[in-house]
Amino acid sequence: MRKYGFIFSFLVIPVILYAIFVISPYLQAFYISLTNWRGISANPQFIGFENFTRLLGDDVFWAAVRHHAVLLVAMPLITIAIALFFSFLLNVGGGSKSGKMAGVRGSKFYRVVYFFPQVLAVAVVGVLFQAIYRPDNTGVLNGLLDLVGLGPVGWLIDTNLALWSIMGVIIWQGVGFYVVLFSAGMAAIPSEVFEAAALDGAGRFRLFFSITLPLIWDTIQVGWVYLGIAAFDAFALVQVLSVDRGGPDNATTVLPLEIWRTAFTFSKFGYASAMGVALFFLTITFAALSLRVTRRERIEV
Amino acid sequence: MTNSAGSPKDITRRQMLRRIGLTALVAGPAGSMLAACATGGSSSEASPSAAPSAAATSAQNPFGVKADAPLEVVIFKGGLGDSYAKDVHEPMYKKTYPNATIKHVATQQIAQTLQPRFASGDVPDFIANSGTDLMDNGALQSEGQLLDLTPLFEAPSIDDPSKKIKDTILAGTVESGLIAGKPFILNYVSSGYGLWYNTKLFQEKGWAPPKDFTEFKAVCEKIKAAGLTPYAYAGKNASYYQYWMILITAAKVEGNQVLLDIDNLVDGAWLKDSVKQSAAAWAEIGKYIDKSYEGLIHTEVQTRQNQDKVAFYPSGSWLENEQKSNTPKTFEYAVAPTPSLTPSDKMPYEAIRVASGEPYIIPAKAKNTAGALEYARIMLSKEGAKGFTEKSGSLTVVKGAAEGLSLSPGIKSLNDAIGAAGDNIVTYSQFENWYKELETELRKQTNSLMFGRISADEFCANMQKKADSVKADSSITKQNRTV
Repeated sequence: MRKYGFIFSFLVIPVILYAIFVISPYLQAFYISLTNWRGISANPQFIGFENFTRLLGDDVFWAAVRHHAVLLVAMPLITIAIALFFSFLLNVGGGSKSGKMAGVRGSKFYRVVYFFPQVLAVAVVGVLFQAIYRPDNTGVLNGLLDLVGLGPVGWLIDTNLALWSIMGVIIWQGVGFYVVLFSAGMAAIPSEVFEAAALDGAGRFRLFFSITLPLIWDTIQVGWVYLGIAAFDAFALVQVLSVDRGGPDNATTVLPLEIWRTAFTFSKFGYASAMGVALFFLTITFAALSLRVTRRERIEV
Repeated sequence: MTNSAGSPKDITRRQMLRRIGLTALVAGPAGSMLAACATGGSSSEASPSAAPSAAATSAQNPFGVKADAPLEVVIFKGGLGDSYAKDVHEPMYKKTYPNATIKHVATQQIAQTLQPRFASGDVPDFIANSGTDLMDNGALQSEGQLLDLTPLFEAPSIDDPSKKIKDTILAGTVESGLIAGKPFILNYVSSGYGLWYNTKLFQEKGWAPPKDFTEFKAVCEKIKAAGLTPYAYAGKNASYYQYWMILITAAKVEGNQVLLDIDNLVDGAWLKDSVKQSAAAWAEIGKYIDKSYEGLIHTEVQTRQNQDKVAFYPSGSWLENEQKSNTPKTFEYAVAPTPSLTPSDKMPYEAIRVASGEPYIIPAKAKNTAGALEYARIMLSKEGAKGFTEKSGSLTVVKGAAEGLSLSPGIKSLNDAIGAAGDNIVTYSQFENWYKELETELRKQTNSLMFGRISADEFCANMQKKADSVKADSSITKQNRTV
């Protein structure tokens, strides 16, 4: 019993803080989403589910939801694929050296380099990529294309390309973290396993797909959930990089951006809260689905 | 509810803080910005004190300013800078009231800085509510947060106490700040809008600013042949520069009524022939813009104009001052009125949009409203206005305040254009401040139109759809104007 008292005393303060600063604001947001509060005075009017019915017919809202769907599928896939490739090269790619699996030459250096983007603030990354994606040949990318005689590409002004360009930035920034995460996973694999496989004549391809991938599957799932949640954000980069904040033609807008705009530009805090509630349910649904999938995998293994 | 000792007020204030905070949290990933706001609000712990006992009013002190009451001035630090307040108006106030402490706050994000403070009741006394992130004045007024400025405009002028302030400023200034029939906004800066170009370059090449769209296309062809981009605006963050041109042309065709109808959300206002014709004509000019300009910000486009890569740039009178440090010796600003559409236009070619802009407001619940009114009266004195023009390079609404100042070439050219226009003044569009949703939609649709993704008909239909939805939205207080 004394042991539980000890644990309890450590838990109670975080739980109280969590209730005050996380749960209670959420609950109040649910209430505000049922009002037409404009964020300025203290007399919001209760309007029931009007905000939500309006949400159903809001093109911009659905555009944002579609973009989250694209991000949710493509961004984790690409990030994880690149991160796995890099971390495999960094940890196992060099083959066996004096009884230990090693990465390619200079892997320590690469590991630091890959992590660099993670250290930069998102706003800094945004400003950096403004210069990289600039649509005329003063942009870094278009300048390079210009050198080989290719016309400028409208990275952020082409409605078909803009969202993918921004996704590229998110991936560029995120990969380093997952390289480190997966490297830790790979380091936990006993090197005898690799050596045995290598002695049996397994190449790098085989080592990766038959040994590494199955043994760090749990870590990949964690990465997947993290990336999925990140796919519901993208606010800062869209805000800084996109044409007219979410354009052109709403091609890049995301829910957090619309929430911000609805609240602070349109002064419609009730409607913005309704969007927030919608985002809450989208995130919860994603998290629940991911956890379910994870559980099934465990049973199978 | 009781009225005792301000405690109910306190509770509300705290509730409000909490609500602001929770919106931030729900927005979750939207994170930093919203959270920053929430913290901004909660740091203001001073309880709303009772209004300072007003001093007696007199001819010198028409609002009864308490000599030692502190004054907080929040200035949007954009194209106009903030030295006009710091180095001119605030010292002038200090001179009259040496015992008053003035707190000067400069920000580029008015809404993020001030919205939480409005919600919590701890508001500054005087605000330059400008910039991309200005607060919605219509929303502020409908919540009773703005001070009626009638006493200001009725007060005696500092320069000539026998005159009321409203008689010392340009006609239309008071009207431009009306919300629900009362003046809540002081629009202090007189801005002219048109096509800006480099006189030196145009003289050298033998080009002339176009008087109508046929000439416009012809000169664009010539400019294009010379290897320049004939016309450009910044699609990334300044598409409003372009929609002003579309609105001005529509007004030239039909008269100001079309702009009033758009502001008043009159059914079918965006579907009028004048708007359609204007949109179609401008879409033609859009073909001369290099696609890349949709992804550039206004300073990038302005710089390209200074490098003589762009011939015409649509903007307002602040442009020259904003570019002052980047303008090369080979560049001399001049402005031309927006071209006419057809000879049967209601307004002549010389017609130009001149409007009082840069809204200054006084919160109704400010602690020192008398001081804020006096501060505004100082701004509206000749000395205050002259200092403003010197520091910011922009003309004010105060009549004759620029006399004796040597004006820069661009401002001089604008002054001449305004003189030539006479009574043919294209009016300002109020919906930009009244209905931010409609304004945001217009930015998007303008880019789509000008960069060839939609037709003029689609442009009008999309705008009408948004106008209808704003009209149907019961949470938005509707405004009306007759002038």
